[in-house]
Amino acid sequence: MITVENISKQFGKLKALDNISTFCDKSECIALIGPNGCGKTTLIKAILGMVIPDSGSIKFQGTDIANNWQYREMIGYMPQIGRYPDNMTIGQVLGMMKDIRNSSDALDEDLIKAFSIQNLMNKRMGTLSGGTIQKVSAALAFLFNPSVLILDEPTAGLDPVASELFKEKIIAEKDKGKLVLITSHILSDLDDLVTRIIYMQEGKLIFHKSIEELRLDTGEEKLVKSIAQVMISNYE
Amino acid sequence: MNKIIKYVITDILRNRIVLVYTIFLLAASFSVFSLEDNSSKGLLSLLNIILIVVPLVSIIFSTIYMYNSAEFIELLLSQPLKRRSIWLSLFAGLASSLSIAFFIGAGIPVLIYQANMIGFTMIMTGIILSVIFAAIAFLATVKTRDKAKGIGASIMLWLYFSLLFDGLVLFILFQFADYPMEKAMIGLSALNPIDLSRILILLQLDVSAMMGYTGAVFKEFFGATNGLIFSFLILLFWIVIPVWYSTRKFNTKDL
Repeated sequence: MITVENISKQFGKLKALDNISTFCDKSECIALIGPNGCGKTTLIKAILGMVIPDSGSIKFQGTDIANNWQYREMIGYMPQIGRYPDNMTIGQVLGMMKDIRNSSDALDEDLIKAFSIQNLMNKRMGTLSGGTIQKVSAALAFLFNPSVLILDEPTAGLDPVASELFKEKIIAEKDKGKLVLITSHILSDLDDLVTRIIYMQEGKLIFHKSIEELRLDTGEEKLVKSIAQVMISNYE
Repeated sequence: MNKIIKYVITDILRNRIVLVYTIFLLAASFSVFSLEDNSSKGLLSLLNIILIVVPLVSIIFSTIYMYNSAEFIELLLSQPLKRRSIWLSLFAGLASSLSIAFFIGAGIPVLIYQANMIGFTMIMTGIILSVIFAAIAFLATVKTRDKAKGIGASIMLWLYFSLLFDGLVLFILFQFADYPMEKAMIGLSALNPIDLSRILILLQLDVSAMMGYTGAVFKEFFGATNGLIFSFLILLFWIVIPVWYSTRKFNTKDL
């Protein structure tokens, strides 16, 4: 579904992405894991076309995404820090996105209902708390039934109830055959979600394994412990 | 594309600064016209206000608006939209709302007191100046990521166009006083949209006689239809080139 081939990206002296190649298939829930500043968000932004790689190519369902924009119709993106125009209300933001997407397919309003966003429709984005903004971001990412979901730190800031509801939603979507790309530092949240792990460090892709392989390799049952083992062995 | 323009325009027209700008222009134009018994004189005084205020408000407001919309742009970029159409719609929305504000603030009084060719030229140049300085602001915002630097660059650009440029021209005139500079002056004035607008209106006001020999050359050049078309083309270039360049930059910008 998404093929990343030898992409590199340099920000000044910092090599944010260093010759990364990987492949993501549908019906998978892939976790991007790595220490702070290892290039996870840059990789996601490169897939979304927000950051343009210096070299290499990214293919979405076989077509190169360079200078292409239609493919984003099939992506739902939830940013790490959702930022919206301050003086628009939630209702207006949702209305605007529907207007822009102009999709004729049925909308997936599960999360709007689950998070009871419909009661907050007249609140201005500037007055919302961080957690509520996260909820709006999550609802927007799922709203148009995209076949790929890209979630950057989705559970940071959500309350436990919302976080549980959200995880159930992710599992349901993955079972429908969607690709879910997720980054998180809260590994316990990922434990029952993910099927594959991509581990990055200093802009390099260290490994891309299924969760079973990782368990076998490290001999740990819990994701937290196996990743901790990997991180410690890579820490210098 | 039209949808984004619509959202930008409704957002800006609700903005308090644009409202204050419109009211200021309204107050200035009505007071200038009612102070002078000759509405032609009133137009001249209004011209001086417009040539300072319109570029200043256009460039500063556009720059700040673009930096404040960084998150909005990011949100739009994750949607199935072309980068070019996001950028151009933002520009179209910003430029047209500034033009609307100018038209309501200064255009309507001018039409009431001076509904003739000179009045129309004045409204046209005011609108074109609003668009030009929005375009220059776009150039400044695409070049720098840092808000303070970008706003600083905008202020410097405005200072250059409205004050420093005249100083430079005077300096050149004095240095080359022994040579025939009239033709070259026409070329030089094309380098500054504010100067070009001033000349365009002054020539129609028939005060060019006060500008001496240079004024006569200007009159001969800009007074003719060709000169008029030339200056409007130059003003259009001042819109097209910054917009084209900033769009190209934005297409490869990392966000």
